[in-house]
Amino acid sequence: MGTERIPQNTMGLLSRSVSITRYKVQGKLKEPVLETMASCLKKHAIRETDEDVSDKTVGWTSYDRPYAPDFSGSSFNIGTYFVFSLRMDKRTIPPKMLKKHCAIEMAKRLARIDRPYLSSHEKDMIRDDVTSFLRRRIPATPDVYDILWSYEEAFLWFFTTLKSANEDLETLFLKSFEMPLIRLFPYTTADLAMGLSARDRDALLTLSATTFTG
Amino acid sequence: MLDVSISYNRYKFLGHEFLTWLWFVMENDEPRIKGLDQEPLALRIGNRMVLENRRGDALESITIKGDDAGLEEGLLALRKGAVVTEMNLLYEAGDNQWQFTIKGESLHLVSFRCPQTGPVETEEDVEGAVLEKAYLYEKAIQLTDKLYKEFITLRVSDQWPKKVVPSVKKWIHS
Repeated sequence: MGTERIPQNTMGLLSRSVSITRYKVQGKLKEPVLETMASCLKKHAIRETDEDVSDKTVGWTSYDRPYAPDFSGSSFNIGTYFVFSLRMDKRTIPPKMLKKHCAIEMAKRLARIDRPYLSSHEKDMIRDDVTSFLRRRIPATPDVYDILWSYEEAFLWFFTTLKSANEDLETLFLKSFEMPLIRLFPYTTADLAMGLSARDRDALLTLSATTFTG
Repeated sequence: MLDVSISYNRYKFLGHEFLTWLWFVMENDEPRIKGLDQEPLALRIGNRMVLENRRGDALESITIKGDDAGLEEGLLALRKGAVVTEMNLLYEAGDNQWQFTIKGESLHLVSFRCPQTGPVETEEDVEGAVLEKAYLYEKAIQLTDKLYKEFITLRVSDQWPKKVVPSVKKWIHS
């Protein structure tokens, strides 16, 4: 197999229709920036979860190779942007599958004991065992969300508006780069991104909703 | 700066007022929009608008959908005290057209469509395609930033209660 970087990610920022959450990045990376960036991405890159039984694993991955991350050679640096992705691998046990296997195990257990019923403690134990058993057998499902970061202009676009993905991004970004991301919504956009004077920023704090009727 | 979750909820009305004001400006003050960029541009309401009217604990929501949908029901909702909470916009500059929805509460941009770009078939295509898309996204985002800056500058000034609100009221009730 060749080593050519064939684009695997056909969704995300190149897709026909996207959703964007905007952030302001506060702070700077240690010099040399590209080396620091590569090292932070590698340190917190996604790890394959087939060997462990975590519910969810979150990490960075390459924009164009989300299932085989490779941050070598500044491949994340395109023009004046850093382009990479957040990958979230989740194991979800279908509720009906869990219910079926619990029922089978409970029937087996009942056949082994003298009582015609199971205590709630026994039912909980069976449910935990079955959950753990199924989790080892169900592969993780990956979700990939693209990121475009303009380092010089200190803004970042995250190509999803899913709340859980945004929360995971904010947590992992702080952990990886030791810089906070500030989500740009009406107040933060006005306060931090519109170049308002100190007087106007103070005035912003005192605003209350306008009534257009009456 | 205020705590993020507090400021998100406390000031989400700013996003709703922004979209309500933007509708007013598109209908009544087109030169203000055209003056935002050196090259000619056109901005109009696209195929979706959502308005909400909160009265105490009750929430009334009105959704107007369709490429040629009339906006009379939206104006009627404004008269009853609603504000615009989502707005789909069509932005044209030169031969290019963008379409996207702004969510007032979060300023999220959703269903964001840029002008058509070339296909990505090989590794060599990726960098160029990313840069082209980034440029196109930035064009539309810069426009929304300029509009929001116009709005927020008015909103924190005396002009808002003295001139803007009376003009918006006059338009709503005309």
